Formats: sequence, C-alpha cells, structure tokens
Amino acid sequence: MGFGSGAVCSINLNTALDREQRARYQDPGVIRDLLDTCRTIAMVGLSADRQKASYFVASYLRYEGYRVIPVNPRGGEILGERVYPDLLSIPDQVDLVDVFRPASECPSIVDEAIALHAKAVWTQLRIVNFEAAEKALAAGLKVVMDRCVKMEHGRYGGSLHWAGMNTEIITARKPLRLP
Amino acid sequence: MSSHNTRTFGFETRMLHAGHIPDAVVGARAVPIYQTTSYVFNDADYAAQLFELKQYGNIYTRISNPTTAVFEERIASLENGTGAVAVASGMAAQFVTFMTLLAPGDEIVASAQLYGGSVTQMTHTLKKLSIRVHYVDPTQVDHWAKAITPKTKALYGETVGNPRGSILDLDALSDLARAHRIPLIVDNTFGTPYLCRPIDWGASIVVHSATKFIGGHGNSIAGVVIDSGTFDYGRFPTIADPSPSYHGLRFYDTFGHYGFLMKVRAETVRDTGACISPMNSFLLIQGLETLSLRMERHVANAMAVARFLHDHPRVASVSYAGLPDHPDHERAKKYLPKGPGAVFAFDLKPGAGDAREAGRKFIESLQIFSHLANVGDARSLVIHPASTTHQQLSDEELRLGGVSPSMIRLSIGLETLEDLLWDLDQALSAVST
Repeated sequence: MGFGSGAVCSINLNTALDREQRARYQDPGVIRDLLDTCRTIAMVGLSADRQKASYFVASYLRYEGYRVIPVNPRGGEILGERVYPDLLSIPDQVDLVDVFRPASECPSIVDEAIALHAKAVWTQLRIVNFEAAEKALAAGLKVVMDRCVKMEHGRYGGSLHWAGMNTEIITARKPLRLP
Repeated sequence: MSSHNTRTFGFETRMLHAGHIPDAVVGARAVPIYQTTSYVFNDADYAAQLFELKQYGNIYTRISNPTTAVFEERIASLENGTGAVAVASGMAAQFVTFMTLLAPGDEIVASAQLYGGSVTQMTHTLKKLSIRVHYVDPTQVDHWAKAITPKTKALYGETVGNPRGSILDLDALSDLARAHRIPLIVDNTFGTPYLCRPIDWGASIVVHSATKFIGGHGNSIAGVVIDSGTFDYGRFPTIADPSPSYHGLRFYDTFGHYGFLMKVRAETVRDTGACISPMNSFLLIQGLETLSLRMERHVANAMAVARFLHDHPRVASVSYAGLPDHPDHERAKKYLPKGPGAVFAFDLKPGAGDAREAGRKFIESLQIFSHLANVGDARSLVIHPASTTHQQLSDEELRLGGVSPSMIRLSIGLETLEDLLWDLDQALSAVST
C-alpha cells in the first residue's frame, strides 16, 4: 500500500460531525496509518447479501489484500471466511473492528474490541456514538467514526479518483511507490 | 502525520492541482491524454468486480477515463462538491441529471429564463418521457412554491439567467427545495465556480455547459454534473430503490453520498452514451488552470462595456445585474460579489425603421465581436437571440424568457477594453446612418 504523504484539502466531506469532532474522530493521519498497518479487519454486521453495502466493502477490502473476518449471529461463511457470532469468538489477532451495526450497539462492540486487544474501532457512515468512541480512546484504541473504510481506502489509494470523486488530496509530489 | 497535513487549499491552488497527482513512473507534470477506448483488467476476478461496481476502476471510456477523471475531480473541488461526472455537452449534463432523478409522471419546476435549448429539451423531449415542466418567473420565490405539486421531483434554474441576467435567489430556493425534500439543480454556466458556488448556498446538484467559461477558449463542447453530496436520497425512489439494471443494487444505501453520481455514471451515461472525449477533457483542464484570471478580466470588461452601453444615446436598456438599475442588482452583490458574469443583453433604441433590421445592421457592422452561437469564449461574441438561440420558442415563451425582438446578446471577452468600446460605438453609429 502507499497512502502517500500529500496534504489533505479538507473542504467538503459529508459527515454528521462538526469541525472539532472531525479532528478527533476523522483524523486523516490516523485513517492513513490504519489503512497502512492493519491487515485483519473484523466486520461486525457483515451481510451475506451480495448487494448490501457491507458486502461491497468486504469484497473490495479483500481484493485490496486485507483479511476480512465476518461477525454476524447468523453464522455460516461469507467470502470464504467463517462467520463468528461475536468478536470474542474470533481465535485470530484482529487489527481493526469495522462496525456496520446501529449506533446503540456500539458500546458493547467497543467492550469486545477492547477485550480482543484490537488496534482500532471504526464505525461506518452515519454510525455515531460518542460515549463508545471515548471509551475506546480511553482504552488506548484508535477511533474513526462516521466514515466508510472502502471510501477512505479508495480516496487515499487513488481508485476513488477514477470515479470522478473529490478525494481532496492536493500534492505536487510524485508518489514513491505505485498505488 | 496528523493534523499538520490538513490544510484548506485556496481556489487557485485547487484550479492547478486538484485531481492530479504526478504519475508514479513517468512523473509527467501536465495531465496526460489517455486516448484509449478500454483498459486491460488485472485478472478475471478484478474484471468481474469492476462490472459489479465493487471496485472503482476503468472499464471503457464511455463510462470513465483517466484524463476525464482529473477534470471531474478538479471541477468537483472548485464547486465544493463531493464528485462530478463529465459528459458530451451541457445539454447532456442536464439530460443525464433528469434521466437519473426522474421517472415517468414526475414534474420539474423550472425558471422561465433559461437558455433556449434547455427550454426545448424540457418542454418537448422530456414530455415524450411523460415528464412535465412548470415554468415560473425565477425572481418570484412564491411562484416557485405555488408550482410545486406532490409529483415535483426537482427545482431547476440558472445562477445568471439567459439572456436577461436575472439572478437566482439561491438561499430562498434551497430552503424551499429542502422543505419539500427535493433537490435544487442549478446551472452555473454563467457564474462559474470562481464567481459563485451554488452548493455553498444550499444547491444539491450543479450542472455546467463546460463549453463556455470553463473551457474558455471556444474549442470543445462539454458538460459536467456535480453533486453536493448533502442531499438525502433515502426517500428518493430512483436513487434509493433497488436498481433492476444492477441486480437490485441500492445506489444510495451502497454508495452513500456518492450514490447519485455513481448512478449517473454507471447507468445513465452508460446507457445514453453521452460521453466526453479525453481530448476535450484535456482542453477543459487547460481552461480550468486559468479560470480565476480569465473571469476577473471577463467581469471587468463586461462591467465597463455595460456602463458604456448604458450611457450610450443609441441604446434603450442594458440587462446586466452589475448595473445598479438592474432589478436583481442587490441579489447579484450577494451571490456574485466579484461580478455577475460576462454575458448580458441590451436593446437598441427604437429608430425610424424596423427593430429586427436595426439589430441585423448592428451585428453586421461589428469588426471585433464574432457573430456566432456561443458564449464564454476568450473572444467577444454577439448574437440576436430572437432569430437564433431562442428561435424555437413560442411568442409566450419568448415573453416569459424576457427576449424582445430588438435584443442583442453579448459575451464579453478578454480583448483590450478600448477596442471593444470602439467597435460597439462604430457599429451603433452605423445603425442610425
């Protein structure tokens, strides 16, 4: 991965958070660092339905080289990975917990993420729970809230640009490695 | 590597840099022209994922192209939008917007003072698709409100109306649109993002004929659709409902604030084929790189020409919102403080002869102004709308659109101001001799 060092022109990303909250829960430095260093992502609420947003995110991330472990009480298998009923049942090291569940479920998911020694908790678009976010931060986890992992990966990795979207990345520097 | 690299870059910096990172291998500083129809896939799995929209990437230039993507991201950045889709023309931009948002039986409320081609597209072509348009006086917000019915799915107007220079009340209309949970679509062709950014005033979607000031040199036909990313399409059936052409994909649920544009690109532009040529995208990028400089000179020259004509004994009236006696002058100061564009109309004073004949003689006497059907060229342009651009309109549409038989429309270019004034003066003298 090469997520670059160019400055980010933060002008108009759609979010429910205000400027101060964005600085705390959507720090571009934290986002790039997580995309660069996390390899295993537990997706809480990943659906087996091929046309659901969570399935799009999971298949995208899988192709981009991440291991995606599904967490869903329905069990079974999604994208070739066993589905676990909860985070604590996952036997392997999890770097990032990605949340596709309603905001009200965030506190218990954060408790499990802390117990699992995950590096970070990330909640998808419009999933905002400050209490849960603060609890994760206090436990030393990184937090990203109200952002999509796929969109952010596409933004810094360059592919979202192909779709004509405003990545807000401004730089005159040549990338060091191929994206 | 945290907040120290977060900076809000200025408009001019983004004019030059947004959307283009120098290529990792070659390092080309100018944007390369990817004159290719298609793109080799990494592998079979990747190809399948691209077609399912599970990956962002290039398949075919009818849908996306790397040169075009630079133009799209750059104009999106300048308009403070979340993204953009570039198409073959301004007419295509508004058509793909309507085709993406609307279904048979839906209605639009639109300004009566629009480019003549926009009016014919809405009145006749959209009618064939069972979409009805109600035209209203753009300056009367209560007229817009009264024309909205439960079937209304969008409001449509031009930042600066063509050709009378009326200024859209973006604040009031975006409030009205929000109250009805419908998008406000603004054609910002005459404004350009340098003079006005409708999204900053609450517009949901901005369209452009990029042929005009964005390209700026009269060499390429092009259009672009920009989405603010702020409109909630959750209850908007055409964007929120499962799409039969993508195995039931819900664009808004899956792509969030990119949903509308993803649907424009992956469905409407794919199916209508109204794509832009990579070469034209390259020329538009060249235009954008000097947009602010050109617009400053365009509006300075336009203001001086408008004042000159206003005081000229052979001119009856000048419709430029930069002049204090224009009915929308205050609104122009609010929404376009740098100047209300460089396209405006004026009427010759009625003489002894026929008004149309006087207009013809005036246009044929000009030496520097080019007589043609375009605006927003670096060169100054002139036309007689009643017999050309607005010719297909009925008398009633002409009256509503503010087009009189004696009206002359100018697009003020970047020439030496004194030469433009000289040319207009000598042509006005020729009319009365």
